[in-house]
Amino acid sequence: MRRRGFLAAFGAAFVAGCNKIADTGPGKSLLSAAESWHKGAHRLLTDRTALAPVYPRSAISPFFRGNGSTDPQNGDYQASAANDFADWRLEVRGLVDSPLSLTLDNIRRLPQRTQITRHDCVEGWSAIGEWTGPQLSLLLDAAGLREEAKYIVFRCADNLNGEDYYESVDLIDAYHPQTIVAHMLNGRPLPIRNGAPLRMRIERQLGYKHAKYLTAVEAVASLDDIGRGGGGYWEDRGYQWYAGI
Amino acid sequence: MKRHRLSTRLWHWLNLLCVVVLFMSGLTISNAHRYLYWGQWGFMPEQAWLAVPRFPDWMTIPGYYSLAVAREWHILMAWPFALGLLLMWIAMLANRHFKRDIATATDEWKPRNVKRDVVEHLKLNFDHGEGKYNFLQKLAYGLVFGVFLPMMIFSGIAISPGMEPTFGWLVDLLGGRQSARSLHFIFAFAIAGFFVVHVLLVMLAGPIHQIRDMITGGKADET
Repeated sequence: MRRRGFLAAFGAAFVAGCNKIADTGPGKSLLSAAESWHKGAHRLLTDRTALAPVYPRSAISPFFRGNGSTDPQNGDYQASAANDFADWRLEVRGLVDSPLSLTLDNIRRLPQRTQITRHDCVEGWSAIGEWTGPQLSLLLDAAGLREEAKYIVFRCADNLNGEDYYESVDLIDAYHPQTIVAHMLNGRPLPIRNGAPLRMRIERQLGYKHAKYLTAVEAVASLDDIGRGGGGYWEDRGYQWYAGI
Repeated sequence: MKRHRLSTRLWHWLNLLCVVVLFMSGLTISNAHRYLYWGQWGFMPEQAWLAVPRFPDWMTIPGYYSLAVAREWHILMAWPFALGLLLMWIAMLANRHFKRDIATATDEWKPRNVKRDVVEHLKLNFDHGEGKYNFLQKLAYGLVFGVFLPMMIFSGIAISPGMEPTFGWLVDLLGGRQSARSLHFIFAFAIAGFFVVHVLLVMLAGPIHQIRDMITGGKADET
């Protein structure tokens, strides 16, 4: 018992030391610098168009778990869902030459891409599903991305703990061939749990990047003035913006 | 000639710091989803081969539940851990520390020798004859250097979705992403197990002398 007490005291002291370091300016910048070292290493080792692995149909998980918002109660979402999302619009806006406002029908009529990929949650679990939708690059090209645009922000209909969900990627991931605006999972319209009627697939990053309940795709030059400036709902709460780690 | 070279000593203490921070922040990450699976996917307790207990806060970094902060520490310390091990391997091969002190000779694997070594350990007799390390020490250090520590890096790379387009073969080799995650956990506890035995044996063999030598280098004939 005494040994255990000693170990716990030692552990607590060590943790307190770590937390002290994390609170200092240099400690803080070191911790966030590590994320960019990983991103740099990943980008160095992996071609910008290199694909995430795809699986055969037989590998699809029997059920696709939902996380975060799984049934948004805010705004008009429930009414829209009751109406089969007939009134849903996806806006393409921000630093583009000609902003778009697309219905689900518009989106279904675009050239489609179907991919069976693995979804990895930051918590540690994985599920495999088949996703269908147009490539994001198609929408960006149709709207005409301006030169100043550096990031693509994804706006979402769900409000989690009082704040609107949002996410962002750089142009490498925005133009990645597997980055699609999915409206189908396993050959059927997206379930509400998984982001109906539209969600992003950012296949080389963790699950929180794959914004659900997508309402707008916004081209911006900087992430500073959006949300709390972190580039996403979870990033504003301390998670890494580059979620390929 | 010192008992421990400078490269060995520097690496030893750097690696200790890295392993402790990685392990304690890793326990927080484990708490985020306490189930381990085999294969590519898994997300429910029914699919798990192991339900991991929740680790108490005092064992974890940052000392309270924050997956975001734990990941920051984990991601930071992965760098000195991996680069340190790489440099240590280069140093061990260059200065022949590995060949001379850790690599085993065929003779040493003979059951009679292994048995004698085990018996001497059980008698807590650490006064072994010629050579720096006895068979069990060589085996333990060899496993740690050759398997446990590198497997943490390989399985860690295999869990990173951003690495997979390039290292998909590694994920497949390890049996899928959730298998890689399970192996990451298993080898983390293998290292923790080594740590406990290592510290225990240092205590028994004379902790002040042993720790002093790992700091100052000590004298070679003092073993």
